[in-house]
Amino acid sequence: MAAQAAGLFATYDIPDFFCELLNRKDQPPAGLQTVRDRLSRFGLAELRRRAAAVEAQFYRLGITFTVYSDREAIDRVLPFDVIPRVLTAAEWDHVDRGVQQRVRAINMFLHDIYHDRHILRDNVVPASLVLGNANYCQAMVGLDVPGGVYVHINGTDLVRDRDGRFLVLEDNARTPSGVSYVLEDRQMMLRLMPDLATGLDIRPVDEYGPRLHRALVEVAPAGVADPQVVLLSPGIYNAAYFEHVFLAREMGIPLVEGRDLLVEDGRVYMRTVAGPRPVHSIYRRLNDDFLDPQVFNPDSLLGVPGLVDAYRRGNVTLANAIGTGVADDKAVYAYMPRIIRYYLDEEPILTNVETHICAEREGLEYTLANLEKLVVKPVGESGGYGLLIGPHATQAELDDFRARLRADPANYISQPVISLSVSPTLCPAGVEARHVDLRPFAVTGRDTWVLPGGLSRVALRKGSLVVNSSQGGGSKDTWVLAS
Amino acid sequence: MTQVSVFPAPLLPGLRNLLSRYAENMMWLARYMERIENMARLIEVTGSSVRAGSVDAGWDSIIHINADAAFFFRHHKAATEQAVVTFYITEEGNPDSILSLARCARENARVLRPLISTEMWMHLNVFTRWVIELGPGDVGAGYLSPLCTRLKQDCQTHFGITEGTLYRDQGWLFYSLGKNLERADQITRLIDIKYHTLLPSGAGVGSDIDMSQWTSVLRSAAAYHAFRRVLPDGMTPANIVGFLLKNNGFPRSLSNSLCNVYSALGALAGEHRLRHCGPILERVEELRVTLAEQTVEDIILRGLHEYMDWIQRELRQIQNEIAQAFWPPVVSVSSAADGMAQVQN
Repeated sequence: MAAQAAGLFATYDIPDFFCELLNRKDQPPAGLQTVRDRLSRFGLAELRRRAAAVEAQFYRLGITFTVYSDREAIDRVLPFDVIPRVLTAAEWDHVDRGVQQRVRAINMFLHDIYHDRHILRDNVVPASLVLGNANYCQAMVGLDVPGGVYVHINGTDLVRDRDGRFLVLEDNARTPSGVSYVLEDRQMMLRLMPDLATGLDIRPVDEYGPRLHRALVEVAPAGVADPQVVLLSPGIYNAAYFEHVFLAREMGIPLVEGRDLLVEDGRVYMRTVAGPRPVHSIYRRLNDDFLDPQVFNPDSLLGVPGLVDAYRRGNVTLANAIGTGVADDKAVYAYMPRIIRYYLDEEPILTNVETHICAEREGLEYTLANLEKLVVKPVGESGGYGLLIGPHATQAELDDFRARLRADPANYISQPVISLSVSPTLCPAGVEARHVDLRPFAVTGRDTWVLPGGLSRVALRKGSLVVNSSQGGGSKDTWVLAS
Repeated sequence: MTQVSVFPAPLLPGLRNLLSRYAENMMWLARYMERIENMARLIEVTGSSVRAGSVDAGWDSIIHINADAAFFFRHHKAATEQAVVTFYITEEGNPDSILSLARCARENARVLRPLISTEMWMHLNVFTRWVIELGPGDVGAGYLSPLCTRLKQDCQTHFGITEGTLYRDQGWLFYSLGKNLERADQITRLIDIKYHTLLPSGAGVGSDIDMSQWTSVLRSAAAYHAFRRVLPDGMTPANIVGFLLKNNGFPRSLSNSLCNVYSALGALAGEHRLRHCGPILERVEELRVTLAEQTVEDIILRGLHEYMDWIQRELRQIQNEIAQAFWPPVVSVSSAADGMAQVQN
């Protein structure tokens, strides 16, 4: 430890949080210790040189999200931190199993609510919450999807508390994004920080494309010998367009837009130079509302008229299915531990952030009594009056919110403020602690596979808990040690 | 999934067909880059020939070549070097300025990113960003020649990267179509305007001024030394026109560009078994035959301008027919069914 103090982390001020690299409860495994030692021998100047090279590379390669203003395309690079976030084999095993379990439960839940609705009739989840949810899709009722898979691509947002315990913050079961950064970050890391990774047994991430492609082939309509898979993108004006390109390339499939597809006699075709060619499996990065102007938003020019009809006839598979948003809704999230127990008869491996459901009497009473310590969130799509962060609120705001809670308790859940874990991050003033989260990606075809690691997002502003790219968030490479 | 085939198209009939939209974008990506290169050549050679002291056909000749006179003079009083160079390099409002063309090329490339190599995208991205950042100080007289050289070199780098990295499938063939159609169009414009502005004046024909203009035409097409080698004593307008139109050894000649268009279409019809190529191939072939069968003297005698005009119309027609065949506005599955059966046989 003395040698370390002289190096990169000499001035690193470990706050009272779980630090992914330097402040763990247990003795770190050898691999983690190696990363720590190697990093501490990097000078700050050298680290900055590498960081500058990384940034330039990202920009030149166009690994960007694109913002359009007038006629100018502005390519922004998601800030990347060169200090990796490292997970041990045991930690990953836990996350991997927990994510698989959650995905299994979500798919069973979706099948149930679009078929027999056992879980609603057994009053495990309030029927109004599901059937009245804006994301509940009537077109899905009674429809059997291949393999019973609704969520083929799932992103689970995890945080770690003061004790390093993983907690689920949110499920992303619609069109989760960010996986391209995971793969690109790794490539960049191995290219520009090779001396940090040498000899370490880090789980690879480049299997993602083939795995996803295989899953999309597996869920194609039955009886198609060599299914044509495509990626449906809203086009170059979408902020995530780079990711769409990236994934299409990784899978070796055409990236199509709505105007490239047509539906005739309930079958989907793409327009090629050889005329229309059948399409069987669509990885769509277009929200439900835009998929088919005949069924959803009639003004949408991005979608494909007749697509939902073709889908309902079983001639094409959509990944993810339509109407999965009801499963990642904030209100349904609160019931997820019960949903897991209900379908799987298992205890949740990954726990939720402690959540109080104000629709229930105890939840409401607890929330009202502890308001100044809690984060209160509106649920559903039914409006809501915004979020209350108790510790930051004035007395007047607290009083006001109490009244709202009493008036419409079912519209709220509350959670304690979580002390997110931190990771050493290269900042203008040196290496400092910044809060991080983790989004592992699960791919489900015949079975579920979780990409080792996932997207580690880092809140670059000191003290900030907001990791979103739109609000000063960046990313880190996530290393999963194989042993 | 991991099977790799050397000849993917014949082995996988019906699969691996390029999206229509990509074909269109491929074609335009190549056209825009070719247009930028030609524009840079034209500006550079005009800059040097005007400075060399000839009087006629100065900066306004570029405006005429591009048929931009009405548009240009709506925004500018006179065809000064400053005005013309700005108009064609950095002017936002001119859709044919290098700035606008580079933007279009990059947006096409952005769409094509699933198809093109990372190197192609990276170069285009950096190139376009450089063009966008060009300021008035970069296009001044003293910097014009190095600027044009850099522009030209960046286009050549693009073509080189493409040649070296773009996978040879249908996308490559549409790219090739675009590049050669644009090249063919540009060479006829170049000849047309020089002939147009020089020959009718009578007094100038065959004079020193006339010759220096024709030399500059050769130089702008990078044909000067090749021409000297082939026809050391033949520096006559007819020989020069003949060289630019009919010499198969010269990579920018009309005949050579048409030959490349023909072979790209032939590959689409042949190994890729795409339908609708027949009538287009016939049209290209007819152009080639007409060109080969006439001597340049005949062409000049009957009217060079009319001939160039006709070729340009034919080239536009070829472009339209390609669009109609491969990215038609309306598609129906049933009407295409016979073609699919044919492909799957």
